[in-house]
Amino acid sequence: MSRPDAYESAGPSDQDDAPLVSMENVEVHFEKEQGLFEFFEEPDVVRAVDGISLDIEENDVLALVGESGCGKSTFGKTSIGLQRPTGGRVRYRGQDIWDAKDGKGDVDIPFDEIRSSLQIIHQDPGSSLNPNQRIVDILSQPIKLTHPDVGLSERRERIYSLLERVGMNPASDFADRYPHQLSGGEKQRVALSRALLMNPDLILADEAISALDVSLRVEMMDLMLDLQDDFDTSFVFISHDLSNARYFAEHGDGRIGVMYLGELVEVGPAEELIENPGHPYTNVLRWATPDLSLDSAGAGEPPMRKIDIPDPVNPPSGCRFHTRCPEAREVCREATPELDGEAGGHQSACFRGDPDHEYWDSPVLED
Amino acid sequence: MAQNRTIDRQYGDPSEATDPIIEMRDAQVTYDDGETFVLDDVSVSIERNEVVGVVGESGSGKSMLASAMLDAIPDPGRLSGEVLYHRPDGTTVDVLELSDEELRQFRWEEVAMVFQGAMSSFNPTMKIGGHFKETLKAHDAHVTEGLEFARELLSDLYLDPDRVLDSYPHELSGGMTQRALIALSLVLEPNVLVMDEPTAALDLLMQRSILMLLQELKEKYDLTMVFITHDLPLVAALADRMAVMYAFDLIEVAPRDRLIGNSGHPYTRALLNSTPNLDAPLEEMRAIEGQSPAPINVPSGCSYAPRCPLATDECRDVDPDFYDTGEGHGTACHRWEEARETIALNFESIDPEATGADSEGGA
Repeated sequence: MSRPDAYESAGPSDQDDAPLVSMENVEVHFEKEQGLFEFFEEPDVVRAVDGISLDIEENDVLALVGESGCGKSTFGKTSIGLQRPTGGRVRYRGQDIWDAKDGKGDVDIPFDEIRSSLQIIHQDPGSSLNPNQRIVDILSQPIKLTHPDVGLSERRERIYSLLERVGMNPASDFADRYPHQLSGGEKQRVALSRALLMNPDLILADEAISALDVSLRVEMMDLMLDLQDDFDTSFVFISHDLSNARYFAEHGDGRIGVMYLGELVEVGPAEELIENPGHPYTNVLRWATPDLSLDSAGAGEPPMRKIDIPDPVNPPSGCRFHTRCPEAREVCREATPELDGEAGGHQSACFRGDPDHEYWDSPVLED
Repeated sequence: MAQNRTIDRQYGDPSEATDPIIEMRDAQVTYDDGETFVLDDVSVSIERNEVVGVVGESGSGKSMLASAMLDAIPDPGRLSGEVLYHRPDGTTVDVLELSDEELRQFRWEEVAMVFQGAMSSFNPTMKIGGHFKETLKAHDAHVTEGLEFARELLSDLYLDPDRVLDSYPHELSGGMTQRALIALSLVLEPNVLVMDEPTAALDLLMQRSILMLLQELKEKYDLTMVFITHDLPLVAALADRMAVMYAFDLIEVAPRDRLIGNSGHPYTRALLNSTPNLDAPLEEMRAIEGQSPAPINVPSGCSYAPRCPLATDECRDVDPDFYDTGEGHGTACHRWEEARETIALNFESIDPEATGADSEGGA
């Protein structure tokens, strides 16, 4: 299941050259809860993330796409140290996050510092803000935590200028409101401000624009990208919508990563990945992306054989996509393709990328 | 509001149809004793066997339009106007005149509705199969035959009938529950299927797959569909005709390709330009400035005027009628010709007929 050689360069010892966040062979497996009668049986294991290696640099943008249940949120949370991986390592500037947490070995960067440099914006802004606190109180907390010496008036001043920066004018008008008095877009701006006040190096935006109206999404993405320049932050942007991921990744000069059943099947620069997808699954996502210039024939046949995603408890053998892949051949059922291509460039995990692979002589897979 | 509009309002295009199955005239939904309008004199006809996509922002009244077709406005809202349903045998039903019992039969047997959020449409303590049986019994249908048909429907939707019928709603994934709900809505063989955001809360891949399945169902069972969504590009893949709602009224109705390639309303054009599109140049994608009006203070004149870059005094005073802007294309905008010229679309329309037809039609 693992892909040892895909990212050999990960984890350099020199801390200065170390990527902001480096993930090496990360695995997150969840055990399903067991009933009394199944006590002696092997528990069902959901392989939410299975052997992913990836680096996130300073001022980087990574957009993760995939369908529901592919593990993109779990992977995102692992990257900011909110989810402990069951295998592999997650390093922040060379320091293993979970070693720091457990106090194992020489801890160069304390866990608290790591924790505050890696922030998250949730999907539903309504439930991520305390309904009993005014906006100014919600935003005071991160300042109180990071700068305990800052007085009341300076704190207000900072909050006001940030609120104005995220487009909530006049700030004094918004600061004394409660979350329910704000629209969805405004709430998400407050959530973004709250994350920014921690002065983070990396923000995980987990479907942060999915709950917003279509016409507001572009505006919100623009704001996040503007602030990326101002605050020198990296973003991991999770979305199920390839066109949003493309917009965000391309404007932020970043990469798109495509996940399928816990594995990273393709990663590469936004435009390159969309124009020239190397994995049939990326093609499926392209098909699923609404496109105004489709001809009137309508949706057309999907480039896949089955509609439902397989159970992550027993993922298919070989290439996990072989049960739905229109190009699948016998060899895909037996052998597992690995991420192929230049590290940091366009990589995809499909035998079709190699013109000499035995795939081309293998019989087509019948259902 | 209603009293401000011009009296001689001619509904050119949207209510004209050659073989309508549903005709809606001056449908109005009010709350608070007529103080609040959530559907403001909407007239539209649905042709037999067509797919109409209704697009609007949240709070534009699009769900009210769907509910009005079945006279299912939640209390204490009041629906006035006229909703006619033409049966395949040629008889006509005035939906608003039906008795409670007739209405109960009309819904589901003639016109069925799929709501958003499949999870809350199913009873969590009852197996999916139980829902089918209950529905068949409530409408005095033959249960064994009905279940046989249900199995066929489920297979059409790429579901395993045995597994699904024997599952509780929580045992299925979101996409499977939604497809089971579509099968349930069709089990009494209705002629019209009204869907209100049937794919919301699902991931894009499942949304598109469901759309493809709906297309197949439509052809197999000769259905007429009304598909209501906030997602313009999604429904564009399925719809024959599209209608755009803004501030509780329809503002543009046109065949799909014309609406996308040659829309005349500044709002529609802004909506198209705000849509992330794989082929659109990124720099030109932009959000729509301003906010849509609340139901209590809809501006006099055109409701889009406060946000519209082309608004003139005429727009602020006179609510525009539908102008015939060519080939079954109706646009409620005084300045539709100018809108087509000055507001550029940021994507390439590949439909050759949609471009270069600007000079056709007239007010």
